Amino acid sequence: MKISDIMEILQGDIHACKDKLDLFIDSACGADLMSDVMAFSKENSMLLTGLINPQVIRTAEMMDIQAVVFVRGKKPNSDMCELAEEKGIVLMSTNLPMFTACGLLYKAGISGSGKACG
Amino acid sequence: MEKLVGSIIKKEYLIPANDFSIAGEASSNVRKLLTQLGVNPSIIKRTSIAMYEAELNVVIHGNGGTALVDIFEDRVEIFIYDEGPGIEDIELAMKEGYSTAPDRIREMGFGAGMGLSNIKKNADKFKLESEPGKGTKVYITMYLSQDGKT
Ligand SMILES: Nc1ncnc2c1ncn2[C@@H]1O[C@H](COP(=O)(O)OP(=O)(O)O)[C@@H](O)[C@H]1O
Ligand SMILES: [Mg+2]
Repeated sequence: MKISDIMEILQGDIHACKDKLDLFIDSACGADLMSDVMAFSKENSMLLTGLINPQVIRTAEMMDIQAVVFVRGKKPNSDMCELAEEKGIVLMSTNLPMFTACGLLYKAGISGSGKACG
Repeated sequence: MEKLVGSIIKKEYLIPANDFSIAGEASSNVRKLLTQLGVNPSIIKRTSIAMYEAELNVVIHGNGGTALVDIFEDRVEIFIYDEGPGIEDIELAMKEGYSTAPDRIREMGFGAGMGLSNIKKNADKFKLESEPGKGTKVYITMYLSQDGKT
């Protein structure tokens, strides 16, 4: 699924790397805890999160996450957008809450590649 | 281009204390170097995870420190050290879920107590040395030649 499709499904806005509307995303994870993303999200190319700070973008970079969606109407500030541009990471936002945003994307065919743990 | 076949790239990074705005820059830089050198992406990811967790620990717990990175043809050696408070009980610190991170750090999405075990999981070799009152040293080796942990 392309970034442009994701924006339509989530009724979202794009804030950084606006030229990457054709970037293909096939899997995602939803997390507010960056520690969890570091420990459990090895193969996902997009992150949905309610947390908003520059470290979210740095974590995404380390994990090869190519796009971040901020849920519940949170919008990245200009420093965060600049950092994301520098790292080539797409930033989007949606007014939808986490569960609904993830559910809509899952229904539309995005998978979560995380395995059950334990 | 920093490609020096048969030779070593040596890097030194200062990791400032409590400066969350640039925490991760050293790891990001190493990641770029490895990408330029054409290292296997999954090895780069494991290296990034291990180094970033260690770098964050120095920022959050270690009052800042230094990262020395040596890239050889077949491996990367990462040495991250600080002169912070040190770790009283290393076995306890290694346990998943154990953390002394303050609320301010948790609010930023970190401090779940999984960093050290995550370094161990992703590194090919990992050694942690610490002396209370003196500081902490983390040694990480990543092999570049083959994928998968040895
Ligand atoms: N460089 C360090 N200096 C002092 N204490 C450290 C250092 N690194 C780790 N620790 C201690 O070990 C604990 C566990 O570390 P870690 O597994 O990375 O979890 P977290 O960073 O989420 O607390 C920390 O909460 C801290 O008490
Ligand atoms: Mg940690």
